Amino acid sequence: MRYLPASEEDIRHMLAAAGLERVEDLFSSIPPDLRAKDLDSPDGLSELELARRFLSRSRRNVSSTCRPCFLGAGAYAHHIPSPVDHVLLRTEFYTAYTPYQPETSQGTLQSIYEFQTMMADLTGMDYANASLYDGASATAEAALMAWRARKGGRILVARSLHPAYREVLATYVRHLGIDIVEIPFGTDGRLDLDALGEDTCDGASALLVGQPNFFGIVEDPAAIAERLPGKKPPLLTAVVSEALSLAALRAPGSAGADIVAGDARSFGLPLGYGGPYLGFIASKKPFLRQLPGRICGETTDTEGRRGYVLTLSTREQHIRREKATSNICTNQGLCMLAATVYLSLTGRRGLAELARQNLSKAEYLKERLVEKGCEPVFTGPTFNEFAVRPRNRDGVSQALRDANILGGYDLANAYPELEGAILLAATELVSRSDCDRLADILGGAS
Amino acid sequence: MNIPENLKYTDTHEWVRTEGDAAVIGISDFAQRELGDIVYVEVPEVGGDVSPDEPLGSVESVKAVSEVRCPLNGTVEGVNEALEDQPELLNSDPYGEGWIAKIALSDPSQLDGLMDSAAYAAYVAEQDS
Repeated sequence: MRYLPASEEDIRHMLAAAGLERVEDLFSSIPPDLRAKDLDSPDGLSELELARRFLSRSRRNVSSTCRPCFLGAGAYAHHIPSPVDHVLLRTEFYTAYTPYQPETSQGTLQSIYEFQTMMADLTGMDYANASLYDGASATAEAALMAWRARKGGRILVARSLHPAYREVLATYVRHLGIDIVEIPFGTDGRLDLDALGEDTCDGASALLVGQPNFFGIVEDPAAIAERLPGKKPPLLTAVVSEALSLAALRAPGSAGADIVAGDARSFGLPLGYGGPYLGFIASKKPFLRQLPGRICGETTDTEGRRGYVLTLSTREQHIRREKATSNICTNQGLCMLAATVYLSLTGRRGLAELARQNLSKAEYLKERLVEKGCEPVFTGPTFNEFAVRPRNRDGVSQALRDANILGGYDLANAYPELEGAILLAATELVSRSDCDRLADILGGAS
Repeated sequence: MNIPENLKYTDTHEWVRTEGDAAVIGISDFAQRELGDIVYVEVPEVGGDVSPDEPLGSVESVKAVSEVRCPLNGTVEGVNEALEDQPELLNSDPYGEGWIAKIALSDPSQLDGLMDSAAYAAYVAEQDS
C-alpha cells in the first residue's frame, strides 16, 4: 500500500475547512508550559554528527540493563530472552495490525487466542481479553466492568493499591458520578478486613485489591471474599502489577476473585522509560459480556477447518456506541505478542523457577537488611518486593550512585505517614553480592 | 409475514399477549427477520420494574444489537430462561417459544394505545417500502 502524503494545497484546504490558520493551531489545547521548546540542536548537522551528539547525551542515562536495579513500584526489571525480539521483528508480525479481516489475519488472531488462553490459565479465570493499554487503565476498566455488572454502586479501592492506578481510576470515573471509597491497610500491610463493614459493602459494586499490593504484600483473596457480606457482594477484583507473581501465588480465580486485571509487562517487555506496557483483564464466566476490549474466539470455517476471529463484537463501541463496554477499539498487539512468545519460551516450569528465584532473592535481601539493623515496615508475607526502613538515611542517594546501584522507591511520595520507608524489589537480575552491597549502604556499613 | 391476530403490537416491533392482568412480550416476525440469526438475548431481572422509558432488554445478532422496549408500566414476573441456551428460538418461533418476558401490569389501560394486527400489518408494509 502506497503512502500518499498531504500536499501544501491539501493542508491549506483542510485548515480552511477547520477555520484555522496554521498547523500549530491544532495543538492550541496543549498548555504552553508543556510544549517542547528549543531542542538545542543546531541546523545542518550531518547524520554522523547528529547521531554522536545524541549518543553522548544518552550516555548520561543510567538504566536497569547496565546496573543492579532494586526499584519496582509497579515496574519490575526482568530478563528478556533474545528470541522474543527475533520473533517480534519479523515483518509479518511487526507490521500487522488490526485483525478485522480474519481471512488474512490468522497468524495474529492465533497469537491473541494463545495469549488469552495463557492469561486465563495463570489468573484462574474463565476468559481473558486480547489485552489493554496498561495496568492502570486495565484497573479502571475492571472497576467500570464491575459497576456495570452490578448495575451501579460505589467502588471500594484498597489504599494499598498502586497510587498511579488509583489516580487513573479516579480520572476515568470523574464524570460518571461514581463514588470511590478507600479501604485502609493494617500493620501487616494487608487490607484491613474490619473496614469491610456492612454499611461500606452494601450497594458497592467492586472491591479492588492489589495482589501483591503496592507494598509488595501478598493479600489473602479468600479471606477477603469470605468477609464480603450479602447476596450481591461487590465483585472482588485482584489487580496484578507484577505478572510474575502469578507463577508463585495461588491463582486469584481459585482464591475467590471475580475479575483479575493488571499489567503483563514483566512477561518479556522492557521497562522502556515508562512504556509501552501491557494491560490485561480476565473474568469469570457470568461477566464475559461485560469484558471490555477485543476478544478472539476459535471457530471453524466453511470447510470445517479451525480458524480464529474477533468475537462478541456487540460489546464494542462500533456496534454498541455509547452503551459499549469501553471505548477501546484496539489491543497492545505487538506487546501482547512479546508476552505470548516470552511465556511459550519460558514455559510453566521456567516461570515457576523464575518466580522462586525472585522470592528467594527478595527474602535474602530482607534478611541481610534486618541483620544490618533495618526494619521491615509490615509483617505480612511478600513476593519480590517489600517496604523497609533503612537504618542509615544519610547520603544514601550518593552512596548508591557511587556503588552504581539503582535504589528503591521513597514511600513518602505516596504515603506521607510512611516517611523514612522505602520500597525495594529484588528480581532474578540481582546477584547475592548486589544485595549485600545494598544492605551495607542502607544499614550504614561500619 | 406472520402477524397473529390475537396479539397487540408496538411501533418498535414488539408484540404483547395479555393473560389476565399480565402481559407477555416478545419481538415480531418482522423484527427477527431484520435482525438475522440471533445469538444472545439480554432479559430483564425478575422483580424489576419496567416502563416505556427504559429498555426491557436487548437482542443481539453477530453484528447488531437491538433494544427491546416494553410499552407498558409494570413489574417483571418471569423471563424465558430457555433463551439463555437457545437464543435462536426468537427466530424459529417469535410468538411462541421465543417469548421474552411476562409483566404484571400496573395500568392495563395502556394496552389500548397499542396497534392491533391490522394496524401493525399496515405499519410493516410502510416500513418495507
